[in-house]
Amino acid sequence: MLRWLLGGRDVQEPVEKSLVLCIGDEQIQNPYTELQVLKGHSDIVRFMARIDDLRFASAGDDGVVFVWNVQIWDLHTGSQIYSLTEFQSSVKCLMIIERLDVWLSGADKVCTWNCQAELLCKTTCFKDADVSSMIELPKNSIATAVRKDIVIFKLTPLSSESQTWEIIEMRRLSNHEDDIRALISVNDNTFATGSHVGELIIWDSLDWSVRASESQFWNSAQQSDKPAEIKISLTSNQHETCIHHLSSDRENVFAAIGTGIYVYNLQTKTVIAYQQVAHDSRVLHIAKLPNNQLVSCSEDGSVRLWELQELPPAEPATSGLFSMWGIGRPNKQQNQMAKRKLECSVLKTLELTGDLIGHSGAVRMFLYFEGHGMVTCSTDHLVILWKDGERESKLRSKALFQKLEREEQYDA
Amino acid sequence: MITAPDVVALTHEDDYGEQYNDDSMPPFQFQSENPWSKTATAKFEKDFILISEFSEQVGPQPLLTIPDNARGNFDLNYFSLRIMSVDYQASFVGHPPGTSYPKLNFVEDSKVVLGDSKEGAFAYVHHLTLYDLEARGFVRPFCVAYISADENKIMQQFQELSDDFSKASECLKTGNRKAFANELEKKLQDLEYTRNVLHNETEIQKRSNDKGYYSSVAIEKANELANVEKCIIEHQDLLMQIRTYSHKKSQDADYFSYEPEYGMQQSDVGLEQLSNTDELCEKNSFSDRRSYTPKFTRAKSAKCFEKKLKTLEELCDSYFFNQTLEQLKQVEKFFRGDVCYLITSQIEKKLLQHQRLTSFLFEDPLLFTDVEQTEKQLRSDKLLPAFNILSPKLLVHPCLSNEATSFESYKSCVESVPIKLDQQVNAESYHGTIAESIPCKNPLASSDYLELEGKEKGSISSGESIEVLGTEKSCPAPVFSKSESQTNLQCQHPETGRRKFVVTKRTNSEDSIEVLSTTEALIPEDFKATYPSAIYEEPALDNEEEKQLSTDLMQPDANLDQGNSFSKADFENTITLPVLPEAVDSTCCIGKESPSFTKSVPTFVTEEYNGVVNVPPQRSKTMDQIFHSDLSQQVEGNGLYCADDRVLSNCEKQYNDVPGIGEIAQIPADEYLDNMSYMSASLYSDRTPSPALSNCPTKRLSGKHKKQSGKNSLWFIRQYSFAQQAIFSLLSGRTLVIVGEQEGKVKKLVNALSTFVPHCGRDSDSIKQWVTFPLQINHLQTWKLIGLQRTASPLGTSILHSLNRYSRYISILDCDNKTLRCPQYKGQLITRLADHRTQIKRGSTYYMHVHNMLTQLCSQAFLYAFCHHLHLPIDERETEELVTYRRVNFLKHHLGLTNDDSKIVQYFAELIKMHYLHEPGKGLNPVLRFNYTSSGVFKI
Repeated sequence: MLRWLLGGRDVQEPVEKSLVLCIGDEQIQNPYTELQVLKGHSDIVRFMARIDDLRFASAGDDGVVFVWNVQIWDLHTGSQIYSLTEFQSSVKCLMIIERLDVWLSGADKVCTWNCQAELLCKTTCFKDADVSSMIELPKNSIATAVRKDIVIFKLTPLSSESQTWEIIEMRRLSNHEDDIRALISVNDNTFATGSHVGELIIWDSLDWSVRASESQFWNSAQQSDKPAEIKISLTSNQHETCIHHLSSDRENVFAAIGTGIYVYNLQTKTVIAYQQVAHDSRVLHIAKLPNNQLVSCSEDGSVRLWELQELPPAEPATSGLFSMWGIGRPNKQQNQMAKRKLECSVLKTLELTGDLIGHSGAVRMFLYFEGHGMVTCSTDHLVILWKDGERESKLRSKALFQKLEREEQYDA
Repeated sequence: MITAPDVVALTHEDDYGEQYNDDSMPPFQFQSENPWSKTATAKFEKDFILISEFSEQVGPQPLLTIPDNARGNFDLNYFSLRIMSVDYQASFVGHPPGTSYPKLNFVEDSKVVLGDSKEGAFAYVHHLTLYDLEARGFVRPFCVAYISADENKIMQQFQELSDDFSKASECLKTGNRKAFANELEKKLQDLEYTRNVLHNETEIQKRSNDKGYYSSVAIEKANELANVEKCIIEHQDLLMQIRTYSHKKSQDADYFSYEPEYGMQQSDVGLEQLSNTDELCEKNSFSDRRSYTPKFTRAKSAKCFEKKLKTLEELCDSYFFNQTLEQLKQVEKFFRGDVCYLITSQIEKKLLQHQRLTSFLFEDPLLFTDVEQTEKQLRSDKLLPAFNILSPKLLVHPCLSNEATSFESYKSCVESVPIKLDQQVNAESYHGTIAESIPCKNPLASSDYLELEGKEKGSISSGESIEVLGTEKSCPAPVFSKSESQTNLQCQHPETGRRKFVVTKRTNSEDSIEVLSTTEALIPEDFKATYPSAIYEEPALDNEEEKQLSTDLMQPDANLDQGNSFSKADFENTITLPVLPEAVDSTCCIGKESPSFTKSVPTFVTEEYNGVVNVPPQRSKTMDQIFHSDLSQQVEGNGLYCADDRVLSNCEKQYNDVPGIGEIAQIPADEYLDNMSYMSASLYSDRTPSPALSNCPTKRLSGKHKKQSGKNSLWFIRQYSFAQQAIFSLLSGRTLVIVGEQEGKVKKLVNALSTFVPHCGRDSDSIKQWVTFPLQINHLQTWKLIGLQRTASPLGTSILHSLNRYSRYISILDCDNKTLRCPQYKGQLITRLADHRTQIKRGSTYYMHVHNMLTQLCSQAFLYAFCHHLHLPIDERETEELVTYRRVNFLKHHLGLTNDDSKIVQYFAELIKMHYLHEPGKGLNPVLRFNYTSSGVFKI
């Protein structure tokens, strides 16, 4: 394609070497056939948070929070309510415990605040370390990730009647060999952590013991068959084993490791499916949607839709060679190399069902709205809303006839 | 992949332009004699507007024409005499019986049409009177006439002319009232000053008088003082009248602001300050009072022939005068060209208004009126109630109707007035209608005048007398002298109790002038009691007669039909017209009301009488309300309108950069016919094009643009074998990017393809001619046709990379290599739309062909979008699949669309839906809809 664009009248493109799956332009299973660009931010949009079924907020480096509505596209800018300046270090994470009516901030120490933004209690400072993330555990406990360690805190009321709390460090878990990148709560009894070198540890939420540990996904995947030529062609990104993001559906943990995505089953404690080179670049966010789609987004600016399928699949027709430019023709011979089947431990396969190309920068994260579509935010300052074109068309028809009816009533 | 090497071999790009050279010149500028011209006798080339005055000193005289040089060797003096002579409706200012003060009569303008066989001229004549303190009877009769060689034009555009001229006249009169009030104030100050001086002198006389009797000097002084005091009272009364009138008028809901909208935008003068004239008048007069130094006025003024009358500009305040001139210039430009062109444009616009839901897709966005404009129209229609009465409903039984409301305003008349008029005055009605009978004296400061007042009564003979026939309120059959015209009938008016009628009758005259007028004698409510004898005209269209005429009514329509069939026949040779399957009942969703042109038929009333028009021209209903909004949009100065001027706006210049535009060949005479249908053979009235609807520069430009893009489109479909693929991309909403190194080449292609770009909405600009930066996804949302620069620079590379990235959303036409990458088109529709073997040779024809098909598609899309059962289940039991099946079935069998053709209609329908749902207040939120389909590469 690019060669064609650059002026070669020769349409026969040489096959571009790449290991990344390519789906081509025909994506029958891809429902997103309508997009809307939401412009507002003037810098990288890093984070989005769902407010309710229709609204979400987006925040980024421009320091502005926009509140969007996925349906009517009204735009509100948030207004600042409190400004807290009592931090010595930048705040890395926030958490709200509605049950206790408090919220916590994580920086070089963990502070507990009430809703009036009054400091209730705080921990001692961590040396040369910040709290990078935290989750809530049962029994008023909090798990925080501080560099290589998991630190468990417990909130205890000082007196039963007053709303004062004390925060006590309960345990420090140092099982990881490198910095912890991801900390998620899997279910009531379990939480999971992922580290920079690709260790995944499943913890028990109550006694904070290790339930399972998986490291070196990469190696285990490589062991069965390791053609030397593949290793050579791998880029530095593709060697990376850092766990960037974890998510779970209570049964499986989905890990974004380097450029690949892995599905780890909690029951069998094995990787049941994986895609080593799911993207051209780092996978930044991964989640399983209620419609059973697994979605990953990456620094390469694309969002990919995957489907977990039972083995053994026939040679997939949709998969092809994902050329550097995304529109190369499917090439099955190349494809076979890229699609390495795992040994018998792998029970399922991840099938690429579609990709969304719209952003021109890294896609930081995405949010899914049931019945409306998906929102992605990116370093290119844009927020894009992806919708099912057919459903939107139907909704518009509905709205149209409602409006007609209204006008008739008005006329009458 | 489609290749057509034979076509390429036959038509090389280079010589193509010369071979099929469309002009970019207006169609009327051919020099050859117009074979249909009936105006061999006409002594002027173009229509023009003439302002003339019935001067009390020298009689009828022409003042100015618009345009200045348009008259040719036309005898303006003679014609002024003609048109001024029919101003039978002389407004009276004088002393009505029972009152001792002069009263101003606020008479509405009269509108007449007259023909002059000698000059070959027909004119719409608008009479108005302006107030002048120094004039005889305070009034100066003027008339503004639109003179054309085409009688039909005058008759058929009567309503529009009348509306426009009324506006201009209102502007003049507003200025005049202001000036008159100022003049009165000054006069009052003079008089007061004079009174003081006289009073002092009288006192001195009294004091010095010790003889016990008054000297003759003292008596004279006392008389003078009394006269001055009387004068003061009179002038105060006049001032009060003019102010009351102005005030009443501005309070009146129907009052049409003299200030045209475009004047507001156009002029840099602080118009807002002037928006409330009355206030301003007060203010001005107040300041005037301060700055004005009163002077002693002599009781007797100079002889009337010695004094210099005010010019029109002085009479009306130069600001208002210039405004009026500007308006009239616009009017002149507006009515340029052949009447059939005007009418077609009006009909087209009217019809387009019915298609507001779909017309945004391909029509010129300025053509269809949006909500604001409609409101404006409503307003302006309301403002001129007298004109609405000509609607056919009221016309049917003007005499029998009992609706007082309609009669209130129905005051049209059909009359014939001779050049020579005699006056008879009915015994009961007031005699002094004629201003001529008042001796030429300055009535203002003259005590003689006051004395004379009594003598005036009954003396109404004058050399050039006008016959005025007064009728009593109870008089059922007014006296008629023998008249050539049988239409001089009078209806009984239910309101005769309030007004008396003066009917002019015609004496034999060789060269008859038929006068039709819609006049309204408007007397301020508070003056009616004291001054009941307003001049009043009667509607005279007899019922029977109208029926009789109705056979003739069809004439204009017949013309239309003929024209349509003619042009259709013309098309059939070359184009296979797509046929909508009969199964489709196109009215099922649209509703019963279809834009019925036939309804308008009864409103055309024409009767030929000795070659002279004799019937009131009625506006076609379908053409109603067209010009007001349009006129108000004419926001442009002089240069752009001149037909000969080829002043181009920036945008137009852009198009001229496109290669191929510069080549202007000789324009064949039938180019004009190519541009419009053969509606009428009357091509004579003008050789300049009528900007008609394309009046403001953008509109006019779009006409040119259309032609040029039609020509380029034709060139494109002949030259590029993959044209259909490219057009499919555009019609199905896929952005087409034209990449090339040379700006001119790319722009030409963009121009060629612009015809096929559906607009997303009113505000959005779907076409980008030349882009030099990498595209982003949000650009693709709104831009549907993009010309993109290809350079060897790093920026150029990133531009190409962005193209590459979004290649699934766009089609790319490589201008330099003549290749196209896009999804393959499978269908028949575009094959008909863009057949490279088409026999159409002219750009404008091709443009119309394309528009014809696109309009058909739009209506199909409308049908598709607004059929409830196609999108929603009829009842709950129905499954989604059933609805989908129905939808597919409808597209395939009812609309006859297969494969990709249905995608086009679906895309249009989606645009229509979005457009319909779009709330006016909110910004446009475009969405990018796309399909995941593979693309192929096409080569020539």
